[in-house]
Amino acid sequence: MERDDIIEYSLNAGHSEEQGRVIRKKIYFVTILLSVITTLEVALGVFWTQFFPNAWHWVKWAFIVMTLVKASYIVMTFMHLGDERKNIRSMILIPYFLFLMYMVFILIWEAGYVHMVLSTLL
Amino acid sequence: MTGEASKSISNTLPWDGGRSPFSLSYGKLMIWFFLVSDALTFTGLLVAYGFARHALAPGMEWPVGELVFNTFPGVSGPAPLMYVALMTFILIISSVTMVLAVEAGHRMDKKGVVKWLFLTVLGGLFFLGSQAYEWTHFIHGSHARVTLADGRIAHLASNPHHGESIDPATFSMTLGNSYTVGGGEVVSGPEAYKLYESAISVVSGANMTENEYGPPSYANFFFFITGFHGFHVTTGVILNIVVLSMALKGVFHRRGHYEMVEKAGLYWHFVDLVWVFVFTFFYLV
Repeated sequence: MERDDIIEYSLNAGHSEEQGRVIRKKIYFVTILLSVITTLEVALGVFWTQFFPNAWHWVKWAFIVMTLVKASYIVMTFMHLGDERKNIRSMILIPYFLFLMYMVFILIWEAGYVHMVLSTLL
Repeated sequence: MTGEASKSISNTLPWDGGRSPFSLSYGKLMIWFFLVSDALTFTGLLVAYGFARHALAPGMEWPVGELVFNTFPGVSGPAPLMYVALMTFILIISSVTMVLAVEAGHRMDKKGVVKWLFLTVLGGLFFLGSQAYEWTHFIHGSHARVTLADGRIAHLASNPHHGESIDPATFSMTLGNSYTVGGGEVVSGPEAYKLYESAISVVSGANMTENEYGPPSYANFFFFITGFHGFHVTTGVILNIVVLSMALKGVFHRRGHYEMVEKAGLYWHFVDLVWVFVFTFFYLV
């Protein structure tokens, strides 16, 4: 039996040659950006003890910020989420970030407590 | 479809029915939901890793990435983080070739899709090979941590289990107050060898219960997180090979769109995304 209650969404995602050229330009830009950030990260990881021996706190935050920049470019450009509708973007990012904040809170709070207990015991 | 075509549906608002409110096809929406749940799994793993590290008992030290991962095939001297940087670069480039395959698919360019997908599969295989090298090196180890009879810790520059017999006259080891490798007083000669012989334990390489680098949980998390990521890469390579063969057969061209390449691409980018975080939290921080 042929069903007529299923809607086949024919979403035209195709694009022309000229549009393709613009999109490829963006892809190459993100490629260079990601490579440069990765190189910076590795250079910082190898040389920070020589150049900023007392700035581990800042180096750590620099790593985290660079990682988040890389991740957002991958998600927004490569995974195309930046060009999707706002509702799907929020639906994916907001629940995830709420959960993430909770997890990071538990990590810092509870691990700090466990460390304190271990310090008293040992 | 015939039923819908005969109805007139207002398409002015996304929620009026008759079309996707997200302007996404069913398949893409579902792969996004899967990726969110998979992201939560990896978040859980990395948070557990952070927990173990942050709660570490006093007297223990977490290993430093630059000192653990400092070899490069064909290079004799130390090359801190170089190999893992190469792995990261390979994965990023394979992500780029994937997004180029998706772009070619949007232009119905079958040749382009096949070319870029093939390069993506190649990049994935290179990454897996690199990870095999990394694991082998991590498990075999390059030096050894010795716990001496008086409780002090010393480090050997080479792995004593590799079979070469040790000559007491030229034997030397670095005494350190540190749990991991660190500069300390170097003792050598037969006296030092005597100390070494009466040692409580000599740990070289890594397994599930002990490792030369640091606390046991370090190697456990390394195996689980990079292993689970490697499993995802393997799955991604298999998916890409399937999609590549379908593209070669012209299945997508007959279908009129290359959406399957987009779906496989979303998964492949996600694998790259996870590696970006694993790279930061395992090797850099």
